[in-house]
Amino acid sequence: MSVTVNIPAVLRPAVGGSKSLEADPGQLRDLLGNLGEQYPALKQQVFGEDGGLHKFVNLYVNDEDVRYLEGLDTKVGDGDTVAILPAVAGGAL
Amino acid sequence: MRVDDMSGLVGNTPLVGIHSFSPNPNVRIWAKLEGQNPTGSVKDRIALKMITDAEEQGLLKPDSILLEPTSGNTGISLAFLARRKGYRLICVMPETASAERTQMIKLFGGEVVYSPGIEGSNGAINKAKQMVAENPGYVMLYQYGNEANPGSHYETTGPEILKDLPEVTHFIAGLGTGGTLTGVGRFFRDNKPEVRIIAAEPEQGDLVYGLRSLEDGFVPPVLDQSVLHSKIKVNSDKSVAYTQALVKQEGVFAGISCGATVYLAQRMAEKVESGDIVCLFADGGWKYLSTDIWGIDSQIAAKRVEYMPW
Repeated sequence: MSVTVNIPAVLRPAVGGSKSLEADPGQLRDLLGNLGEQYPALKQQVFGEDGGLHKFVNLYVNDEDVRYLEGLDTKVGDGDTVAILPAVAGGAL
Repeated sequence: MRVDDMSGLVGNTPLVGIHSFSPNPNVRIWAKLEGQNPTGSVKDRIALKMITDAEEQGLLKPDSILLEPTSGNTGISLAFLARRKGYRLICVMPETASAERTQMIKLFGGEVVYSPGIEGSNGAINKAKQMVAENPGYVMLYQYGNEANPGSHYETTGPEILKDLPEVTHFIAGLGTGGTLTGVGRFFRDNKPEVRIIAAEPEQGDLVYGLRSLEDGFVPPVLDQSVLHSKIKVNSDKSVAYTQALVKQEGVFAGISCGATVYLAQRMAEKVESGDIVCLFADGGWKYLSTDIWGIDSQIAAKRVEYMPW
């Protein structure tokens, strides 16, 4: 078992076109850091210069936005799904 | 009940038990039926306050032309109110919005300009901003950035819920402009701070997220993220399945975003010992009838509405 990380279309060029990647469980920060070493362009886009999350990037663990969990300190376990999505307008407005 | 004109019917919507959805005998689930507003959605509340506030600020004259990016509901509400007051209205709407939305905007006298469907609401916002830049005569009330939007919910929706259900523990609403969640959230922060505010974020079709770059992303200026306790994305499969179940189990004919809130209420009810969860049902099912999602397999139905704003 491992963690599935879903990649949105806008970031797929940064990871060689993959729709999803596998990663090791752990803290979200470390998990993304490890992927970032493999795919520097992904890291560059998801994180701002201060190392924080880009304001137009939402990260979800099992569908929950991590900004309302423990942010990048959120723990990700075996079998969990991480989703990266750009912030866009939605809903029946 | 007696009111001076149709605008007097905005708000004061019923709160109805849908307890069969609760997996926990100590948790009750309630639906606030915003579909009971005059044009059938929660947006009547914000349209009324946005227009009233703009009039008080002297922004509107009898021949003013309003321009608004909308996926339909706000456009219908504005059209309903604007014509009686003599304003023209142009709605910028994704071409994928359900046919009923165009029909209703037009029957209330509004005009419709379409934006590319795959760009979702983002595309409508960008096109409306561009049109205003080219024609400064337009008045854009701009629901995404207008404090009257959360303000209307602070003044009406929040107090209505507290009055009907003083024991409320959770409030769940769909996240669009963020106006409902921000306004109701601020109301409870000031009046009953232990109420948990939960956002149901519609997960849209993959292409909607296909921005050229992350810099084209969008967070609505009226959304106050500090009042939210949780934000959970819900895909169209789950929303449609629960929207179908609402008719079968409780006789509630609701719009698709309502299903998303009930799904989260159920998830929440499993986690807490006891409580009273309020789901805001933004609209009724009427404007989705043309999609014919009720009588078919929920996954097929979900595909059908994947690129339709709901």
